[in-house]
Amino acid sequence: MTRINLRVDQENVSDDVEPRMLLVQYLREKLGKTGTVIGCDTSNCGACTVHLNGRSVKSCNVLAVQADGAVIDTIERLADDDGTLHPVQVAFRECHGLQCGFCTPGMIMQAVDLLNENPSPTEHEVRVGLEGNLCRCTGYHNIVKSVLYAAELMQGASKEGANA
Amino acid sequence: MTAVQDAPAASPEIGRDRRRKEDQRLITGRTRWTDNISLPGMLHMAIVRSPHAHARITGIDLDAADKAINIYDVFDGKKLQDTMGVLVNAWPITPEQQAPTHYPLAVDRVAFAGQPVAVVVARSAAEARDAAELVDIEYDVLPAALDLKEAAEDKVLAHPDLGTNKVAFWQLDSAGQGSGRAIDEVIAEARDGGIVIEREYRQQRLIPAFMEPRSVIVDPTGEQITMWSATQIPHITRFLLAATTGVPESKIRVIAPDVGGGFGGKLQTTPEEWITWAVARWIGKPVKYTETRSESLVSAHHGRDQWQRLTLAATKEGRVTGLKVDLLADMGAYVGVVGGGVPVLGAWMFNAIYKWEAYQFNCTPVLTNKTWVDAYRGAGRPEATYAVERLMDELAVEVGMDPLEIREMNWIKHEEFPFTTVAGMTYDSGNYEAATAKAKEMFGYDALRAEQKERRDRGDRVQLGIGISTFTEMCGLAPSRVLGQLNYGAGGWEHATVRMLPTGKVEVITGASAHGQGHETAFSQIVADRLGVPFEDVEILHGDTQVSHKGLDTYGSRSLVVGGEALVLAADKVIEKAKPLAAHLLEANVEDLEFGNGRYSVRGTDQGMGIAEVALATFAAHNYPEGMEPGIDAESTYDPINFSFPHGTHLCAAEVDTETGQITLRKYVCCDDIGNIINPLIVSGQVHGGIVQGIAQALWEEAVYDDSGTLVSGSFVDYLLPTAADTISFEIDHTTSPSTTNTLGTKGVGEAGTIAATPAVVNAVVDAIRHLGVNDIVMPMTPERVWTALQGGGRGTATVEAAEPHFEGQEDSR
Ligand code: FES
Ligand code: FES
Repeated sequence: MTRINLRVDQENVSDDVEPRMLLVQYLREKLGKTGTVIGCDTSNCGACTVHLNGRSVKSCNVLAVQADGAVIDTIERLADDDGTLHPVQVAFRECHGLQCGFCTPGMIMQAVDLLNENPSPTEHEVRVGLEGNLCRCTGYHNIVKSVLYAAELMQGASKEGANA
Repeated sequence: MTAVQDAPAASPEIGRDRRRKEDQRLITGRTRWTDNISLPGMLHMAIVRSPHAHARITGIDLDAADKAINIYDVFDGKKLQDTMGVLVNAWPITPEQQAPTHYPLAVDRVAFAGQPVAVVVARSAAEARDAAELVDIEYDVLPAALDLKEAAEDKVLAHPDLGTNKVAFWQLDSAGQGSGRAIDEVIAEARDGGIVIEREYRQQRLIPAFMEPRSVIVDPTGEQITMWSATQIPHITRFLLAATTGVPESKIRVIAPDVGGGFGGKLQTTPEEWITWAVARWIGKPVKYTETRSESLVSAHHGRDQWQRLTLAATKEGRVTGLKVDLLADMGAYVGVVGGGVPVLGAWMFNAIYKWEAYQFNCTPVLTNKTWVDAYRGAGRPEATYAVERLMDELAVEVGMDPLEIREMNWIKHEEFPFTTVAGMTYDSGNYEAATAKAKEMFGYDALRAEQKERRDRGDRVQLGIGISTFTEMCGLAPSRVLGQLNYGAGGWEHATVRMLPTGKVEVITGASAHGQGHETAFSQIVADRLGVPFEDVEILHGDTQVSHKGLDTYGSRSLVVGGEALVLAADKVIEKAKPLAAHLLEANVEDLEFGNGRYSVRGTDQGMGIAEVALATFAAHNYPEGMEPGIDAESTYDPINFSFPHGTHLCAAEVDTETGQITLRKYVCCDDIGNIINPLIVSGQVHGGIVQGIAQALWEEAVYDDSGTLVSGSFVDYLLPTAADTISFEIDHTTSPSTTNTLGTKGVGEAGTIAATPAVVNAVVDAIRHLGVNDIVMPMTPERVWTALQGGGRGTATVEAAEPHFEGQEDSR
């Protein structure tokens, strides 16, 4: 067992974990953060995507001990404390970017990272940027649309901010 | 059917692109997937699976595993034999059908690689998995039946005791059933001066690959035994648990919480569910099993896997006179819950939208030593549509006509509906001309044809092809009487309850069981309009047999056309039931009341009262008429009178690099007629997702086995699900011929895209390079197969070795 200390969704947490425990297992089993899900065992599907120190990672591809000292953000605290949704969440609902919703937490976390890096991506850039996240329901059409719409929302918001 | 006229004049909800009620919890991570559920004292199960395709089990040593730390118990098939029940096939397609007994845990023989042989139950999932490694099983390896065609010849028996691999033989013959002429006659005529096209097509084996791996929890600690399962079919599961394990149905509660996709892949009663059930009951504590993705790919049922031998007869002008179909359908090692019914569902669809004189469909489901095969999105109908839409293109070439024109020459004209087909189905409505005209316009058909010609003439390295698929399907399974005639083990009705709460809210219970389709939203829209209450006030409850005691679940594009109709009937009953009470409270005659926009009003006056007020009055029950009971809730069980027949025209433009065999999708357009639309946003999602699954069959996906019967595409590294980077955006639109067989005029949409897209893509690719001597390419059409075909190497042989690695596919798509 190894002691780890980290900050997850804005709370400090500390646990003894087995060295082989994956970050996604730690989040789900130890912290009960079941908003992040597991879709595969080969790091292909992206369903487990979270942010580690502000960048997206597949949390099935990181050991819990590797996250020692890190800041982790998951889908569960993406919305504001008062429940105001993140623009990417808004866009996914608005554009019907989800059906069963199983891929959605990972898709949204990946999309947030993508837009942080590239605030006004082209359709092609969105498609390539989401390549590591599989969705079986939507055919990606409305996911791509959601991300492009989220970019618009965020640009609008930042313009408003600049004008204010 | 008069209900259409009785409906409230205003329908503010139906047809509106409401954002989904389901989304809030899904986009914020507040979901209840089965694997998210954890119960006090819950144990975890791991499964030891057979590495061999076919072997006798000669010894199982569970000792080391049993002694491992935190291990609760270990089981093999012998230990559970009396309590684990058995997995059944609900659709024996003939009375003589031969199917092997399917024990959840193998007892003395394994019949496919991946079959459960032993289980370990531990305090944690990791400990269970560790201990599973310690289980020592000895096998005597037997010869395995792996190749479908060879299996059909009984060269090696998948189940030696059965004496044959052939499950059954099922035939539909137009002459025999009186719906047309004799097929051999029209083929003979065509051989004499007409056109005969003979082809053999392969429907490769696919894996449904829903994103949420299957998970099951059984809690035996209460008076009732509760099962949570990632399933499409909680009601059928409950019934079959009772029927096969001897627990009274009333003691069983099955809950399908949030379910992450199914596509037919969760239309199954599974060994994993049955084993968890038996083990939890044995131990007396809650037990959970969640599969890994690799386990899912090898043990959840697969789809398709057919060889189709086809003989099409036509006049020399191109009028089709008949089709003869000989199907071999791989069932894998066991006959699943629908089983041989899947290929048989295709029987009514090979004739598609066309008018023929004769038709014969022969189907032989065959057992092999591979993962079992059952329903996958479209189930039987994509295979049929593929065959006929490919053949229509071949016919167009023979005759020298445009492939759209040859279709038009053969299809049922809009004024001919209702039309009884050569297969004996009566199509209620449709307008193929309208859908095709619209699709052509959206696509820019003539301009693309011109560009194609220009590039062909120029000898461009990258050639353009146009693929057409004018599909129809039968959905809304199904009229119970028809199912009875087909020997199916259940009916096709659906149930709904509408409960009027005293606060004015409405609880609606449906027997359909959604797993991503958006029922909570679409069904709320229907009920809101019908009762004239706000959309937000309607709550849809489903997926828990204790809440929704009666239902037949979700598959076969049935939820809206069957389940939706049950809602309408139940809501109408509420309106009727509340009427005498409203009249009583308004001191008016029942005959003078009319209902509209949620209000009962007294004709010719301004007096009236809302249905919510009536609900509250019922709750108080202080004042109600003699002879009436204080309740206005109602339920309804609707049995459809017919299937529904959506159709559409899908057009695909694809570019083929003649030097590398690389395929690039350039444009995909479709115009579907799915009758009246409840929620266009949800419909668009169903169409997009369906199209991509159809395209994926054409281009990428295949479950591949090596020659010892091991699934080599057993992970997401090898099984090529398309990514966002592999696909394109689509243009979709609709024409509308309302269905005449249900009140709302709706038809199903869940499977349409998948059914239509596969032949559209293959037709496009073949069209691009036909002038270079290619008339078929085996699916999935990898660049290598296309290139080989271009080198004159034929269409490529069916896959027998490893699929190409995913990263190569990704390289190619850039
Ligand atoms: S679960 Fe992490 S990539 Fe699939
Ligand atoms: S919405 Fe179901 S997998 Fe993406």
